[in-house]
Amino acid sequence: MAADTIAAMSAALPRTLVVVPAWNEAATVGEVIAAIKREVDVDILVVDDGSTDTTAEVAGNAGALVARLPFNLGVGGAMRAGYRYALRHGYDVAVQIDADGQHDPADLPELVAALHGADIVIGARFAHKEDTYSVRWLRWWAMLLLAWVLSMVTRTRLTDVTSGYRAANRRGMAAFARHYPAEYLGDTVESLVIAARLGCVIRQVPVHMRQRAAGTASHSPLRSAVYLARAMVALVLALTRRWDIE
Amino acid sequence: MSAPQIVGLVTAIGLFLLLIELLRQRRLREKYALVWFVLAVIALVGAAAPTLVYRITDLIGFQLPVNLIFFIAFLVLFALSVQFSLELGRMEERVRTLAEELAILRLEVEQQNGIKDDEPPVDEV
Repeated sequence: MAADTIAAMSAALPRTLVVVPAWNEAATVGEVIAAIKREVDVDILVVDDGSTDTTAEVAGNAGALVARLPFNLGVGGAMRAGYRYALRHGYDVAVQIDADGQHDPADLPELVAALHGADIVIGARFAHKEDTYSVRWLRWWAMLLLAWVLSMVTRTRLTDVTSGYRAANRRGMAAFARHYPAEYLGDTVESLVIAARLGCVIRQVPVHMRQRAAGTASHSPLRSAVYLARAMVALVLALTRRWDIE
Repeated sequence: MSAPQIVGLVTAIGLFLLLIELLRQRRLREKYALVWFVLAVIALVGAAAPTLVYRITDLIGFQLPVNLIFFIAFLVLFALSVQFSLELGRMEERVRTLAEELAILRLEVEQQNGIKDDEPPVDEV
């Protein structure tokens, strides 16, 4: 996308809160905040998920609001708190960005712009051919299956449902503020199922992957198998559970 | 009265006294006490009238009375474990919600007072 288009979109950005869930990400969270600030003029809330390092201090010094959970809850807990804060403080849009630097804030205006036709927009990785981000086949297969089922549930084509890069309008925020499971994969897959079943329109926008600034994702075959199994459990539960609809 | 019968009676009565004492000290809540009281009553009846246990065993078709007792004990313990798991899950959800609200409130208080809070988070209990 051309730079002037981004600037135009950026200027027209609604009142947006970027929520960054962070657990012991002191090494990268400062740069993530700086990168967001370079791209767009938004408020940034870092939800410190019970970090034992200096994540909160680094985030505060980088100019973000910091909400500290008293102990580790997982991404689901951090994000539900973030969406609640966004809802209560009257933000029009909440954008979730990971603290490890894998999401490019340059894609943010495009995500927010896509909210014109949707309540929740997912920043989908792997959608660009030049992406170097790779995953093992078993994990890849699990993600494909998840994407396929989620595409049926949301009645739209989704390719990356485990992405932690997403934007929500107030309707989407309300769904996430009420139900954002803290269980493994609940924060990604199940939360989407819940939102879809609460009547939210979900779309995806391709985004660029950046190499993780620090730390590595584990992709051993055993872990991938466990991932697949847990993904299936999360999916079946999400599809069969009852959610109270307002 | 046979020796095993006396042991059974003493155990059942002991269980009763323990439950009442725990309730009196408010260490046991009524909603948990009920199921334990029912169990104590069953144990008491079984110890006082073993013939009843034999008759039920014959009626259902178990080979030995001990099979019936183990079967009932297994069912009861299973039901209790499930109940505790449910309670624990509810507590976890409540603790989670409180922790989230606490984090939001703390941020809002800091914003209003202009305090910069550099205290490390509370250690996990």
